[in-house]
This record gives sequence, structure tokens and C-alpha cells, in this order.
Amino acid sequence: MYATNYHRASSVQDAVKLQAGADEGKYLSGGMTLIATMKQRLASPSDLVDLRHIPDLKGISGNGKSVRIGAAVTHFDVASSAELKAVCPAICDLAHHIGDPHVRHMGTIGGSVANNDPAADYPAALLALDAIVVTNAREIKAADFFTGLFETALEDGEMIVAITFDAPQRAAYAKFRNPASRYAMTGVFVARRDNGDVRVAVTGAGADGVFRHSGMEATLAANWSPDALAGIAVDPSNLMADIHASSEYRANLVKVMAKRAVAAS
Amino acid sequence: MGVEGIGASVARKEDKRFLTGKGRYTDDMSVPGMKYAFFVRSPYAHAKIKSIDMSAAKDMPGVIGILEGKQLQADAIGNIICGWMIHSKDGSPMNMGVWRPLAHETVRYVGDAVAIVVADSLGEARDAAEAVVVDYDVLPAVTEAVKALEPGQPQLHPEAPNNLIFDWQIGDGAATDKAIADAAHVTEITLRNNRLAPNPMEPRATLGIYDSAEDHYTCYTTSQNPHVARLVMSAFYNVAPENKLRVIAPDVGGGFGSKIYIYPEEIVCLWASKKTGVPVKWTCDRTEAFLTDAHGRDHVSTVKMAFDKDNRIIGLKVDTIANLGAYMSLFSSAVPTYLYATLLSGQYAIPAIHANVRTVYTNTVPVDAYRGAGRPEATYLLERTMETAARELGVSPAELRRQNFVRTFPYQTPVIMNYDAGDYEASLEAAMASADWNGFAARKAEAARRGKKRGIGMSCYIEACGIAPSAAVGSLGAGVGLWESAEVRVNAVGTIEVMTGSHSHGQGHETTFAQLVADRLGVPIDSVNIVHGDTDKVQMGMGTYGSRSGAVGMSAVVKALDKVEAKAKKIAAHLMEADESDIVIENGELKVAGTDKTLPWFQVALAAYTAHNLPAGMEPGLKEGAFYDPSNFTFPAGCYICEVEVDPETGVTDIIQFVAADDFGNIINPMIVEGQVHGGIAQGIGQALLENVHYDPQNGQLITASYMDYAMPRADDLPSFTLSHQNTPCPSNPLGIKGCGEAGAIGSPPALMNAITDAIGNNSLTMPATPQKVWAALNAAN
Repeated sequence: MYATNYHRASSVQDAVKLQAGADEGKYLSGGMTLIATMKQRLASPSDLVDLRHIPDLKGISGNGKSVRIGAAVTHFDVASSAELKAVCPAICDLAHHIGDPHVRHMGTIGGSVANNDPAADYPAALLALDAIVVTNAREIKAADFFTGLFETALEDGEMIVAITFDAPQRAAYAKFRNPASRYAMTGVFVARRDNGDVRVAVTGAGADGVFRHSGMEATLAANWSPDALAGIAVDPSNLMADIHASSEYRANLVKVMAKRAVAAS
Repeated sequence: MGVEGIGASVARKEDKRFLTGKGRYTDDMSVPGMKYAFFVRSPYAHAKIKSIDMSAAKDMPGVIGILEGKQLQADAIGNIICGWMIHSKDGSPMNMGVWRPLAHETVRYVGDAVAIVVADSLGEARDAAEAVVVDYDVLPAVTEAVKALEPGQPQLHPEAPNNLIFDWQIGDGAATDKAIADAAHVTEITLRNNRLAPNPMEPRATLGIYDSAEDHYTCYTTSQNPHVARLVMSAFYNVAPENKLRVIAPDVGGGFGSKIYIYPEEIVCLWASKKTGVPVKWTCDRTEAFLTDAHGRDHVSTVKMAFDKDNRIIGLKVDTIANLGAYMSLFSSAVPTYLYATLLSGQYAIPAIHANVRTVYTNTVPVDAYRGAGRPEATYLLERTMETAARELGVSPAELRRQNFVRTFPYQTPVIMNYDAGDYEASLEAAMASADWNGFAARKAEAARRGKKRGIGMSCYIEACGIAPSAAVGSLGAGVGLWESAEVRVNAVGTIEVMTGSHSHGQGHETTFAQLVADRLGVPIDSVNIVHGDTDKVQMGMGTYGSRSGAVGMSAVVKALDKVEAKAKKIAAHLMEADESDIVIENGELKVAGTDKTLPWFQVALAAYTAHNLPAGMEPGLKEGAFYDPSNFTFPAGCYICEVEVDPETGVTDIIQFVAADDFGNIINPMIVEGQVHGGIAQGIGQALLENVHYDPQNGQLITASYMDYAMPRADDLPSFTLSHQNTPCPSNPLGIKGCGEAGAIGSPPALMNAITDAIGNNSLTMPATPQKVWAALNAAN
């Protein structure tokens, strides 16, 4: 790791100011990707602004219908939140299967969402739940937030404050892990709203990152059952290929994981 | 057996320090004035070095020195050698290219060391290393051995035209060809044994200390054989004469073969310590380990197995191409020859065997012994072939094996080995009973109702361990003898230190060797210390690999104990005025048989050292040494059965049960043996299901350079193992030990692959059987 300056921000305003004042400042919110990247000398921010201790970024709140998760809430806290379990157990289950216990106690939802790793789990949940990414400047719909591999709509210096979404009627996440890294090699989050709208969001598979599968959404809107997906063909042409999984295999996994998610919902 | 003697599952003495984080590894060593090294390594798989510019780097903060290969050569430090001479079938010696500890003309794999930077801190060393400008002329690279032999491929070494190191054969080609021509059935198969990275938990490290006042070097290093390291560094690398070089391998966190060899870093850090005037420590990081630790396996073989009309094997013909990487590592030439092809008879009576082995240079890290070393490759080849043959012949795989087992001993195979003892059917039957082999059809039907494809497979392995008779290996080209030495030092108060040339890096020698002493003398194991891993403390040794420490290392201790006991008995007889032949040693006492006269052990030891009343002419003291050279290899064998369920939707293989029935000869500590088998099976399952070194075939970059892409087996990938033993004592060593360290890794991959191919009905599957590959094979089969 190259030398860097560490700052612990006390408020959102403080964090923004610290970041703006640095040569190449980076927000740190768990660091489960950033610190590892820095240790490999693949990233060298001049300053790190730690967001995990800002009171406004902590806590999970809700009214039984809509939910707000602070950006600095750890995966462990999402996984074990009774409040979330009551309205969307699928997101608790998702968080419970991120990384390992060390990662779940350090990594945060805001950090994961801002990083937009194409194999991360949260982007699928946010997209399927039609969540809002609340920043210090504005509110961004998930569909507009994730713009590409490791790319988001965040402007320089803009930081995530919270994630909000309305409770789905039914939802579930099914993940197929990469045998080596255990990141999602394909993860599918399915959600149905009270009004019958269905969203199927896929992570770990898309060549451009998280995406929705409209064919499965339409099918499931008509018939919310795993068997309904039997006739669906997933096009491999826009899917990733690497040494662990061809795009054809990923296309198969998208369908299988979608079926399993619906079955679990 | 006593509670601490041979056969007792004594808790490991060394675990207290390991489990409480108080182990002392090379990286824990710190000496005054010590500085840190970082190596500049080639980012290319193949390139000419046009120039190395250190000018900017030398002025970086904290830099003490930057050294390159030209200086190393000017100081007459030798090139790295392979210690086992193999001759091609035309009689010519192997074509060994030059391996410089620091390359200054050509780099041949990604990670090849080019320069060493020594600085006040590791961070500063690394910063400066990034500022060293190496101008490379990048050359085309080749990573696959089969391809490297083809015309028009990049050439690695001028000494090895067409990248061929040697073209070797063993066995009777004409008789084998005739058997194939006469056969009622010939099973043919092409098999790839996938390339593995060894991944010991502790990465390699070294600390080189030059003492200018004494003109003496000390090398702390992560070695499985510190004496061999000293010998080779003295005799071949010209670092220092042996009396001026101390090598210490303190606690070592796993080796699996990869820490047998002497790597560039040990040599360079010692030399750099003299050049810079400071002690120099280097510790490998994990990606550096993937890039530079010697890899294992990487064979491609074609097999023909000939059967007569009664399904008896009448001939076996094998053609193997083995990838040795960019340079010949210390024992690399022996692994795909004498550690591999000599085991191609397996557990079977095969009258004619012929194997041809070509070894090849490629732009990859050197390949050498990795847990099993040649024997897993032989077992995988034979046992997948046997299973394939059984399917083709329409007979039970168990019956086909049973019908061809060697049943009388000693048995001389056509490929050098002389099997001394075994009962292969006993292990086969035990494994089948344990796995409820006969109930499989019902389980398969039940799984099918759940939409799962269930399969079962077996593997009957044999290995040659306890390496090795020195004269025999010498006649086959080994540059060293493979005996072991021990010294038993009884202190004046009766406590005991055993100096052994074996080296423990996870095997539990501090416990098992002490159990041997406790068993012989009836003293508590707490009064016995095992000393190993330091050339200044231990007289000499050949180290630990090839499942040799019990069979060879302990046999040396037995010989030394024989001498200690003989002297102790003489002293006791003298003190108790009895005949020496009437003295027995029991429960920590020397007794006159048939009387109530006894002397406690410590009193005899004290008498030896006070020397006030010794038999006339006897030297004081009670300390004896011995060298033991085995008369034969040992032959552990067994039968492994694996049962799997494949999810046809995803291709995921779930291991339902794994049964291991082993013959290890006599066992010192059953718990430690179980641990060895568990670890070995885990590594074998890793090879079959998960692990694979992947180089980009276009440019030679290592894709699997971290755990993000290299899949190590984890606890939740593995079932609980069911173990049993059917032990036939080894007749060739005093303890009847065969060895157990490698069996699990040798026997398990074919059992698992036979089970998966049985489940999916597609025999073309290659290791590792990843979900993607199983899914594709399943779809191809349907």
C-alpha cells in the first residue's frame, strides 16, 4: 500500500469537505474492496475519508411499508435487522450471504452500492426493489444509478447517505457463487409488488453489470411460479465470460437462479 | 502400547504454540540491523532484457542497495540446478537450460526475478522496485507442453531444441506392443492431469545474515530440508562452504513439496546480505507465491490398456508429456519418471508395461514435486483407465480390479518396483462394505426421484514411499543419497533430546518421534524433545517429503536408540551386578529380569555422566547417533470410494460420502495419521473439483494469481470422511511403517472423477470438474 492520509468524518458535511480538500480523496465505507485494491497498489488515493462513524449514515428505520437503510449500515446489521425481516426478508438473506463474517461486519451497503462491482449482490436487490439511492445532493432511482461496470451516477464528491425502498409483496434472492472468490457468478433477485409489477434483476452475469430481464418479468407477472420460467430462453450474447463460466453457462444460471428465487419467495 | 507410546492418539505437543499463535516462523525472525527485500520480477512470460536502469530507484528513500544478475554472476554465484540426471532413450543426458538466480539476459516466466532491492522498510523496497526500469524486448510465449513441442513454437533454451528436455522410456516396448496386438480388448483414453499451485498456509520467506567478523552466513528459510539446502548452496551455488553456512528452518507452515527446493530468493538474500552489509529478509506475498512457488502435476497422457478374453490385463502402454515450466527445479526430472512411471503397475499384475515420457520447457513457473509427486499422476491415469475399461467390458469395476490384483509378495513389477507386502482385496472389501456399495442402485433411484444424478466411483492406489534406498536412487540418477540420520542425546538427568534430519512442517514429528522414544524407554513424552531444522544442531539429514519421515527418519532414531539402550543396559548391569543380557527396560526403569532389582532411567543416565562407576573401559556419556539407509521403498496402498450427486441444472457436484481404506503398515499415532489422510483427501478433492492453474495461452500471464480465481477447497466443499485401516506391516524397516502423508492426495482424484463420470454418463470430463464443465458435459452426453 502506498502512504495515504486517513480521516474519520464526523458528519456528512465534514466528509464532503474533507474529500473536496484532498488531492485525490476517496470515501471509505468498510473498505472491503478498496483496502484490498490499495494493498495490491492498484489504487492510491491521497486521502481516505471514513464514513462509517457518521451518525446520520447509521441505522435502519421504517414504517412497516417503506424502509430506510443508512449507507454505513453493515451487511451483518442488514442481515440481522428484525425491522427489515418483517418487511423484506429477502434483503436480510442476501446480506447474510455476502462474503464471510469478517466482511459482513466491516462492509456496508453504501460502500457496496457505490462500488457497483458487477459481481456484488446489493445492486440486484436495489434494481429489483426499485430502490432509491439517497445522496447528500439528491435522490437517484436504482435504475438510473448503476451505469456500468464499477460505474455509477455519483458525481465526484457525491456520497450515498441512505437506501430507501418500499416493501415488496414477495421477493427472494438466489445466488450461484464463483467457486474461487465466492462472489456471485450469477445472482438473481426477484420481486413482486402489491400492484402486480414484477422485477427480475441479475448480477454477476451481465457484461455491463446489473440488468433486468424483461422476458422473465412479463412471464412472472402473468404467472408467479418457477415452472412458468421453463420456456424462457436467456440470451448469452450480453453476458460475461471468464475462466469460471462461459456466457452460455451464465445464461443457464440466470434462468435456474430465477426459478429458485421464485420458488423461495 | 502405553498411553503415550506407539499406537496411542497422543495430542500433538506442538499444537499449543501453533494454536495460540506462538509458532516461530521465518518471518517472525528479527535480528539487529535487519532490512527488507523486494524482488523486481518480470511482468512478461518471455523477453530479452535490453537494459536495467536503477539510477532513479537508487536515490529513493530508505534504499540500501539494488543488485542485479550481472553482479551475481561476477561474484561467481552459481546457476540453479536440477539434482537428478535423466538420460533420454537415445542415451543422451537431459537438456538442462541455464537458470540464473537473477536473470540478466532473458526472462522466461512471469515472476522471473531480475533484481533485488534492499531498503529500510518493505514499503520503501517496493517503492524503489517500481522505480527500477527494465527495458524488455518481449518475445512470444508458450505455456502448454503439448504445444511447446510443435514446430514453430517459441524456443526457451538453446540447450533444449524444440523445448524437449528429455525423451525417456521405461519397460518393454516390444512386449507391450505385442500384448496390445494380441488383446481381446484395448481401452484407450487421453487424460490430462491438471496443474496445481501448492498453497502452503505460510508463504515462502528467507532471512540472510552475513557476519563479516566470522565470514559466516546464516540462512533462515522455509525449507523442508535445511541440510539439503546447505549442501546445494555450498556445493553448487558457491554461496559459502558448508562450515560457513548455517541453515535454519524454524517452524514451517506447510510445504507439500514446494519447500523442498532451493529457490533464487534464499541464494540472493544471502549474497545481498554480504553485498549490502545488512541482514536481509524477504517474505513472499500470496500472489508472489502463485507466481513463483514450484507448481505440481501438468501431464497429458495417452493410455492403451490391453485385456485378454478373461479380462486380465496383459499390457499397458503410456505416452506422457510433462510440463516442467521455464527451468528445471531441483527434483523436477525425477517426478514424471522414477516417481511416476515406476508406479504404473498399480495394484495389478501386468506382465508388460511400457511408458514413454517427454518433458518440456514452457513459459510457466517451474513444476516439481507436489504432495504425491508422480504417484497421483500414475494413480489417476490407471484408475480412470480401469474404470473406463470396466464400463467398456460391461463388468463391475470392483470385480475387474479384484481379478487383476497382485496377490503374492514380494512382487516384481516390470517397472523397477518390488512390492514387499500388501493386501489389496482387504482394503477393497472394507471400502465397499463401509460405502454400502451394494445399496447404491437404490440410492441412485431415490436421487433420480429428486431430480439428482447420483454416481459412485472407486480408486485402488499404490504409492512408493519411504524414499529411498541410496544406491538404488543413485543408479537412477539422483544426485544425493536418501538415507536419514538421528542422534539420541540422553541428558545427565535422563531427559532426552532427539536430533533428527527429518523436518516437521505440519506432520507432528515433535509428538510422534517422542512417542517412539517413550515406547522404547517407558519415559513420559514430556521428557523427550525433538530437535530438527537447524544445521548447527542436527548433524545431517535429508529432510521430509515422499512420506519418508516415519519409515526412514524414525528408523534412524530406532538405530540410535538401539545403541543408547545397549550402553544403558551395560551400565545398569554393572551397577546392579547382573548380566547384561538379563537387563530389560520397562516403564522408565532398567530391571534385572526375574528379580526385584531396578534402577530408574535417570539414575543410569546420571551414572553415565558422573562416570564414577562405569564398566572398565567405557566412555562417559550417553549419546548415540545413527544413519539409516532403507533397503527398499515402502508401498502404502488402499481403496477409496466416492459417491456424488450432481445437480443437472447447475452442474454442481455434491460429495455424499467419501470412504478411505488404507494400508499404512504400523501406525505410531492414529489421530495424526487421520489428520494426514483428511488433509490429503482435501487436496485431492481440490484437484478433482476446484483447483487449476490457468495461464493465458496467448501471453503467458497467470490468470489464477490470487484466491479470487484459484479455487482452494474449503470446509463446506468437503464431506466427513470415513476412514479405516487394513494394515500389513512393512517388512523392510524396523517399525513396519509405510507412510501416510501423500495417500489421500494420491487416491482421491480418480475416485471422485469416476463417481462424477458415472453420474453424468460422460467419460470425457477433465479435472477440475467445475460446475461449468460438468454442466457442459452433461448437456453433451444428453
